[in-house]
Amino acid sequence: MESTILKSENFSAWFGEHQVLKNINIEIPRNNIVAVMGPSGCGKTTFIRCVNRMHELTNDTRVEGSIFYTKNDIYKMNPIILRRFIGMVFQRPNPFPTMSIYQNVIAGYTLNGASLNKNEKDEIVEDSLNKAALWNEVKDVLHRKGTFLSGGQQQRLCIARALAMKPEILLLDEPTSALDPISTAKIEELLFELKKNYSLLIVTHNMQQAGRVSDRTAFFYLGELIEYNDTKEIFTNPRNEKTQNYITGRFG
Amino acid sequence: MTHLDTELQLLKKEIISIWTLVILQLKKTQDSLLRFDKDLSREVILNEKRVNAYELKIDRDCENIFALYNPVAVDLRFVLAALKINNNLERTGDIAEGIGKFIISNESPFDDNLLKVTQMIKMFDVSTSMLLDVLTAFENEDTALARSIFKQDEILDNLNLNASSVIADFIRKNPDKLEQALYILSTIRKLERVGDQAKNIAEEIIFYVEAKVLKHKKDK
Repeated sequence: MESTILKSENFSAWFGEHQVLKNINIEIPRNNIVAVMGPSGCGKTTFIRCVNRMHELTNDTRVEGSIFYTKNDIYKMNPIILRRFIGMVFQRPNPFPTMSIYQNVIAGYTLNGASLNKNEKDEIVEDSLNKAALWNEVKDVLHRKGTFLSGGQQQRLCIARALAMKPEILLLDEPTSALDPISTAKIEELLFELKKNYSLLIVTHNMQQAGRVSDRTAFFYLGELIEYNDTKEIFTNPRNEKTQNYITGRFG
Repeated sequence: MTHLDTELQLLKKEIISIWTLVILQLKKTQDSLLRFDKDLSREVILNEKRVNAYELKIDRDCENIFALYNPVAVDLRFVLAALKINNNLERTGDIAEGIGKFIISNESPFDDNLLKVTQMIKMFDVSTSMLLDVLTAFENEDTALARSIFKQDEILDNLNLNASSVIADFIRKNPDKLEQALYILSTIRKLERVGDQAKNIAEEIIFYVEAKVLKHKKDK
């Protein structure tokens, strides 16, 4: 039986008066890729932003219910500590433009004031870039700016930056929507590799991508979790009519 | 309506067309056998080319739908079922052609008593009725009707089971009609296969409508 690394219980979230998540109950198994899909405004991005406490960075927001990272209620944890365990990769590659590739990878440490010697830094940079399948492409240009890389490479650099902090969970918010098909394929291949050591939660609008990469798929609609099941079941025999209508393109 | 919906509707129409043609082929074979009308059998053999052309067209359309539209859920099941239904219908078409060839090969009209003791008309009627019922089930996504096919198939199975002894008995009494008796035995075997094919098709309808796999299950 797979153990659960992340679990939400009756979790709701609001922007002002507007409730964007309604009683979400979901369990994310360890070393799985879970895809979160649904139409725009369904709450999927809000959900993963809540998972590493980014939702509360916006004014006039609140949450109810609980999210547990292993046994810890994340809303009782220090968010800075939490984000070391739960990393985030965004839709558009966002390497720090003034930093080199090398500096980008260890940015999490330097921005948090950690003191590392050169050997430690070198080790983290090489290890993270290797895990992000980028090392061979950039090992000779580590001191060039991160923005010098292609879009797909920049996104893998952002993944390396997140991995450098040695997280257990990686949240990915439409990580390939700004990339061409070849870069997308590389990221998808990378996700498969990362699954061995991390648990991944990926928001995607691309249903074929959800089908290709994920073990389980959650379908959100109007802030509710409508269906959550093995990806194969969702794409061959969804139990809920709303899920079926969405994935077959007959929504609304 | 989405582009995929339009494609699926066209696919459904094509399947209904090959289906109607195959039923007509079987009906003509039956008439040809009863009336010993070799010209009608020749027509069946000629029309087999149309059945084959339909099969290829449907296969190609399914391939295109997979490649271009990536169907999922009920749409995916429908296209998968369409491929298998198409394959079964083409084989039923082959059977009609095969029986047509027997009729042409036979030199004299089939013995009335032989047709009577083997219940040939009943076999043709049941297999044609099964194909018609599964067609209606397909058109209306009626899984109850699709399930009723399994019972009908038992009639063909029983007639087929008794055929060897009935034919052997006929040959003993009519040794001069050995050849046509063997043609009839082969025809019975072929019609029993039509029943199996109708049953396979019924299983595909249930698969695509209810997402249930009945293949190889005893209790359907």
